[in-house]
Amino acid sequence: MKALVMIAGVLIAAVAAVPQQAAAQSTLDTVRSKGYVQCGVNTGLAGFSQPDSKGVWRGIDVDLCRAVAAAVFADANKVRYTPLTAQQRFTALQSGEIDVLARNTTWTITRDTGLGLNFVGVNYYDGQGFMVPKKLNVKSAKQLNGATICVQPGTTTELNLADYFRANKMTFKPVVIEKLEEVLNAYFAGRCDVYTTDVSGLVAVRASRAPNPADHLILPEVISKEPLGPVVRHGDDRWFDIVKWSLFAMLEAEELGLDSKSIEQHLKSANPSIQRFVGATGDIGKGLGIDNRWAYNLIKQVGNYGESFERNLTPLGFERGLNRLWTQGGLMYAPPIR
Amino acid sequence: MKASVGNPRLRALVYQAAALAVALIVAGYLVSNTLANLAERSIATGFGFLGREAGFSIGETTFMSYSAADTYLKALAVGVANTFRVALIGIVAATVLGTLIGLARLSRNWLLAKLAGGYVEFIRNVPLLVQLFFWYVLITENLPLPRAALEPLPGVYLTNRGIFFPVPAAHPAHVWMFAALIAGIVAAFLFTRWAARRRALAGSRPPVLEIVLALVLVPPALVYLAGGTPTEIDFPRLSGFNFAGGTAFTPEFAALAGGLVVYTAAFIAEIVRAGILAIPYGQFEAAYALGLRRRLAMRLVVLPQALRVIVPPLTSQYLNLTKNSSLAVAIGYPDLVSIANTTMNQTGQAVEGIAIIMAVYLAISLSISAFMNWYNARMALKER
Repeated sequence: MKALVMIAGVLIAAVAAVPQQAAAQSTLDTVRSKGYVQCGVNTGLAGFSQPDSKGVWRGIDVDLCRAVAAAVFADANKVRYTPLTAQQRFTALQSGEIDVLARNTTWTITRDTGLGLNFVGVNYYDGQGFMVPKKLNVKSAKQLNGATICVQPGTTTELNLADYFRANKMTFKPVVIEKLEEVLNAYFAGRCDVYTTDVSGLVAVRASRAPNPADHLILPEVISKEPLGPVVRHGDDRWFDIVKWSLFAMLEAEELGLDSKSIEQHLKSANPSIQRFVGATGDIGKGLGIDNRWAYNLIKQVGNYGESFERNLTPLGFERGLNRLWTQGGLMYAPPIR
Repeated sequence: MKASVGNPRLRALVYQAAALAVALIVAGYLVSNTLANLAERSIATGFGFLGREAGFSIGETTFMSYSAADTYLKALAVGVANTFRVALIGIVAATVLGTLIGLARLSRNWLLAKLAGGYVEFIRNVPLLVQLFFWYVLITENLPLPRAALEPLPGVYLTNRGIFFPVPAAHPAHVWMFAALIAGIVAAFLFTRWAARRRALAGSRPPVLEIVLALVLVPPALVYLAGGTPTEIDFPRLSGFNFAGGTAFTPEFAALAGGLVVYTAAFIAEIVRAGILAIPYGQFEAAYALGLRRRLAMRLVVLPQALRVIVPPLTSQYLNLTKNSSLAVAIGYPDLVSIANTTMNQTGQAVEGIAIIMAVYLAISLSISAFMNWYNARMALKER
């Protein structure tokens, strides 16, 4: 129902706005005047975005939202969250209901060019996998011919799944349910033999939702590339830059050895890179139109990428893997902040 | 027509033309503005995506095969067919169940009447979505896995993957039997019309029921014998993860169809009851006075009159059932809305997707209305 309301919102926005008006109010101005960043997140995926027992949102996607708020307002708590299903997420961003979409969303060319959206980067390198109950005695995805597979609609997962079975000349029966809760209920009730999504999602679900995590096996095959990253609306370069460099600052800080605890001591560091980063010299905030100490505020309040990873994902059993820094053999690489 | 401002017909014409022009201009402005804004925001537009490969799979199809290599158009067609299937089966079953419950509520048997009343009050007042979840969970949580399937009748299996039952194995004779059945039904229809005319003219009529039954049943039976009496039955059997062979109702379909039937039947029951109560009791008494028993009085005198009251509200229930089938999204039955949602999400073309959904539901609803209006006109009092 919410999806329909939002689609109606897009229609109204598209119909009502006079063409010239669209560029007049920039996202940064809107965000400043309302006093918070409206961030679209997952309805509840442990490690990425999920409210904890006190109702506080936690996860690496949530940390990205907080990083943007810290950069803009010097206060990481000035964020409001909009939980979205896979089907609602793009419409919510297109219609202007949210300012940033940080909802484990895969970057593809269709989405980047056809939806009026821009991907700002990658905050988690992922791939699609399969989870099965151990009692099925399945050891490889190649043994899944004829299986019934639970999947969420409107995802790249749904498309990769069809591709993989076609490429391997196998058949399957999809059970396609929009709500994460409902699709997981269907899998755990045995309606499906297999649940498929990004491996990160499988690990999170197994650790946080399975009645007994040891009963479920994640198969070794990873069938796709899933670079997950935050998304903003097309055509607002200033806002695009702010979100992009908020993400890069988290990576750069880890590379420079700055974290939320030590950054205070580094304010007086002699290292010119660090001096520029904390805003003691140079003008890294000017081009973005925000406070020169934005990166300092961000790291002070949210922490660097490694801290965010260890806080949110490591406890669930995630390996750093591809998401290590490039200096440690991973793919995480930020352009220089200078 | 005199061309002056004083001419009322001319004035009316001018006003109507002006109103039409304003409506067209507003519509044109909305469309062009929407397109301009979508282009401004770099959101793709147009229906070109319908020809592209869909790339996603669909769990169940009706009357057609579909693979991920087919186009979005084909995928949407599968969605329409699935909506039709659940709506058609739902309408027929809800009408039967609703009529029975409506009659039961009027029964002189106290227990039956109260039970029917309880059913109506309970079902009508629980939201349909809740009922759908209830049926779906009932099936998926409580029925066993395929390897431990229940077998209430030989060859019929109840599992949380669906209800599997045997069907006669595919045989070329079946197509001809179906054709013979259709031909028989047409012949029977023509025969009843002829019989009715004959009764009106001659006062006597041939034994209609026997001849109609013969016309409908004998041709398929003859074809069956001529086709070599194929006796092979396709039994469902466990293979790999699931049952193969036979045919099945999936849990999604069963929950959706069951939920819609149970829910709509409660409303239809009330419509039937109201329709019958709308007939003055004197009609019963008159029928009894002619020596008809209660059942015959009901069938020959009261029901035909009650139908006139029943049909119009029944039409709205049929439309409701069809539109309510879009709640399928919640439990994963691939109906039109579910597939259009996926299409919108994969292509990003929400405006086009919503337009397609609206157009299809409008077409289905208008067809049902047209059919029911035709039927209503047939049933209406004919003033001669």
